[in-house]
Amino acid sequence: MSYIAKPEVAHPNMPRNKLGLTARDYEGTVSTLCAGCGHDSVTTAIIQAVFQLNIEPHMLAKMSGIGCSSKTPAYFVSQSHGFNAVHGRMPSVTTGANAANRTLTYIGVSGDGDSLSIGAGQFVHAIRRNLNMCYIIENNGVYGLTKGQFSASADIGSKPKKGLPNQQEPIDPVSTALSLGATYIARSFSGDKEQLIPLIQGALLHDGFALVDVISPCVTFNDHEGSTKSYAHTRQFYHHVVDADYVPPAEEIKAAYNDGSAMPIELHDGSKIVLRKVDKNYDPTSRAVSFKFLRDHFNAGEITTGLLYIDESRKEMHGLMGNIDTPLSEYPLDKLHPGRKELKKILNRYR
Amino acid sequence: MRPTRQLTVKYNRQRRQRSSDTKMATVNDVVIKIATVNGTGSASANSLLMKSIFQMGIPVVGKNYFPSNIQGLPTWYEIRVTGDGYQSRSGRVDVMVAMNAQTYARDLAEVSPGGWLIYDSTWPRNKLLNRDDVTVLGIPLSRMCNEHFKGARARILMKNIAYVGALAALLDIDLETITGLIERAFADKQQLIGSNMEAIRLGFDYANENFVCPLPKKVAAMDGTKGHIVIDGNTAAGLGCMYAGATVGAWYPITPSTSLMDAFRSFCSQYRVDPDTGKRTYCIIQAEDELAAIGMVLGASWNGARSFTPTSGPGISLMSEFLGFAYYAELPAVVFNVQRVGPSTGMPTRTQQADILSCAYASHGDTKHVLLFPADPSECFHMALASFDLAEGLQTPVMVLSDLDIGMNDWMVPEFEIDESYVPDRGKVLSAEELEDMEQFYRYLDVDGDGIPYRTLPGTHPKGSYFTRGSGHTRYGAYTEDSAQYQDVLDRLLVKWETARTMVPQAEIQYSKFNKAAILTVGSGDGACREAIDRLAEQNVPLNYCRVRAFPFSDEIKEFIDKHEVVYVVEQNRDAQLRTLLILDCESEPSKLVSLLHYNGMPLNADFVVENVLEERSKGQAA
Repeated sequence: MSYIAKPEVAHPNMPRNKLGLTARDYEGTVSTLCAGCGHDSVTTAIIQAVFQLNIEPHMLAKMSGIGCSSKTPAYFVSQSHGFNAVHGRMPSVTTGANAANRTLTYIGVSGDGDSLSIGAGQFVHAIRRNLNMCYIIENNGVYGLTKGQFSASADIGSKPKKGLPNQQEPIDPVSTALSLGATYIARSFSGDKEQLIPLIQGALLHDGFALVDVISPCVTFNDHEGSTKSYAHTRQFYHHVVDADYVPPAEEIKAAYNDGSAMPIELHDGSKIVLRKVDKNYDPTSRAVSFKFLRDHFNAGEITTGLLYIDESRKEMHGLMGNIDTPLSEYPLDKLHPGRKELKKILNRYR
Repeated sequence: MRPTRQLTVKYNRQRRQRSSDTKMATVNDVVIKIATVNGTGSASANSLLMKSIFQMGIPVVGKNYFPSNIQGLPTWYEIRVTGDGYQSRSGRVDVMVAMNAQTYARDLAEVSPGGWLIYDSTWPRNKLLNRDDVTVLGIPLSRMCNEHFKGARARILMKNIAYVGALAALLDIDLETITGLIERAFADKQQLIGSNMEAIRLGFDYANENFVCPLPKKVAAMDGTKGHIVIDGNTAAGLGCMYAGATVGAWYPITPSTSLMDAFRSFCSQYRVDPDTGKRTYCIIQAEDELAAIGMVLGASWNGARSFTPTSGPGISLMSEFLGFAYYAELPAVVFNVQRVGPSTGMPTRTQQADILSCAYASHGDTKHVLLFPADPSECFHMALASFDLAEGLQTPVMVLSDLDIGMNDWMVPEFEIDESYVPDRGKVLSAEELEDMEQFYRYLDVDGDGIPYRTLPGTHPKGSYFTRGSGHTRYGAYTEDSAQYQDVLDRLLVKWETARTMVPQAEIQYSKFNKAAILTVGSGDGACREAIDRLAEQNVPLNYCRVRAFPFSDEIKEFIDKHEVVYVVEQNRDAQLRTLLILDCESEPSKLVSLLHYNGMPLNADFVVENVLEERSKGQAA
């Protein structure tokens, strides 16, 4: 119940981050989702990711639309502002919010219905603008709140609890984002926090549109035999392609990597993402290679995961427009209007 | 906390005496209509013609009747020279410039008896159409231009300039004024000044050599335009947004609102460049659709930027879900609805006031919105400024309902004034210091009893955080499905609505206790209604006047209606939407409110109002 407060007492020995906050400080209200819902695991991963990155809670903005996934921003970082928009419209609200203040960190949580059906247009255009945000899709192939209809990400042949298997082509958020030119594309599984947390961290720090598609099973409506978005199915066909480690700014890369398989990528704040390629033939900086690889594995029924594509060279929305670094919302109002005398001058054009 | 405020719009609308000298009536009282083909570059010639008359100190009204088309369909431009300074189009045509063979028959038929028709005599026209009561003047415009200019494009363009030259001779327009305007227009392209002047002379000389110039209906310099400018409403609104400190504009292109964002962009490119970095201090986003445009506006305003979107009726339909969200979650937003003809796609390049109800109650559930109704470009500017203060002051969407006639036509209006001390009013926004000193912040608490809660901006202070949502919430900002807590917030929104009633611009009223009947109108109906009131007074039908400027209706509107036996409600839609809203919001007696409805897509004129008032009166007397 989201209106039930959690106890404020925390264990005194809990680890603290550089801001002196514990992971508890990054929690939200109690989840109202079903017990065992994949989304709650994603919430936990977000809390860890944000806590470890030392993000000041009030400098984080939590954005969402409508659906089970979109409820989750209430369950993490209570001291952040949240915006629970209308169905499928989180991207446009985030675009406006970012236009007004580019210095906040934006995390959007959406679902497969919210992003691939009703909000497909806005999802696509946020990518096109290279909006600087971390965009998480909690993908379970099903509409939960309305009791189990297929979503647009349901695979062909996937069986519903009742009725006939899906026959329509699924919309895959990863290959969609890749074809549209998204600059950070990852996929993971709610049951694999070790992989998921650094992927979210990289997405939060990436200077542009970062998609994290998370297979997040719906225990109530889509976790049965014959479903391709169940825990069992995901575990069986799960394929790590590229894993990522997050290395904070000014820290040495310490971990030993197998030669040739490690690829450090510097992010805009000076931190690094080190990519560990499980599959040596894969190149996460080439759209063409990525696309073919991902489609081949997709056709083979495999769920490819990891940081699947990254391009740190493209400018994000403000950079493309040549906008000032200061948040527009904080720019002094007296400098925004040229005054009474200048008005006279302007009006002289209309005589 | 904040005292109630009135919008201060300084108006020095000058009322001029109608000339009583009949001989003088033919001076500075002429309507010129130019029929051309869309996409042939006639707009600049027509603007040159109108501006030159304006610069002679003579009041003018310009109306552009254009098709929803890029090239090839017929288009008309009408200039009313009105020494009396009226603001609406006239019903008649004194001088028709029939440049479009396609519409020649209809253009000739439209000329008022005793009028003149000018046509390009390079190609013969059907003489059978000729009217005894219209003088036809043929000028070989194409032939002259083909002889004098090279290149197809130049020949077409100069043909337009040449008819301006001919009109200058026929109407006695000052050539030096025209020269000055051409020099100003082509200050960057000197070589074009010579060719344009040559074209002017071609038309001018031909007319002088072949016709008796000037015509009995002519213009003469006067002192009637001092302190005035000629501007369209969209440009004025765009300028207003820049002056209001708007930093985020999101939009989806739609006729007739597009030029509003074009104007904002153009003013920003000049005045919104940070002097230290050379970077932009504004962000214009062309959205994927109107759903996204309003979403962007709300995201930006939630985050503390003044943001707006210009649109038209179809855009409002798409924005409705978000408008309800903004009403309930209490987010500021400024929406300019430059109304066009509906329903559906309707006639995109014609004017109407048919979105009054759909804007007032946009979205599902118990939702209502603050509306502002500018009457002309001057009010577009001032109401743009006011709309941001109101939206932020009330934390709710404010829609400015302009229309195509105001937005895209050139109007002569008093030049805009702002106070040197003008500072945008951001409303109740808590600072980091205020939050630091607070024990706890609750988003939807009515601390001041005016129904307006305090808000915080993201990034200010951890204590200021709250969850913005369209789902049921309590006064403390928490999610709820509890009946009483839900209703508590919904009822408080009504308190805010009553506060809004005291903050919106008041109606413009002319009242005499001797008059038992009145005209009530809104927006662009103003000019025609004022002119009609003058004319009806001359016929011993004196009427009071009320022009509504905002919704919710301020108290004086109800009082005004109550004081009359009959109120003629003049509006530009089929379904009497303003009248409906008056009955709903003022609980006015319906039988008193007599509708005069004009909804054919053309701007309202005084003839319509005069004729219909007289007709309704005769019905009333017969009964």
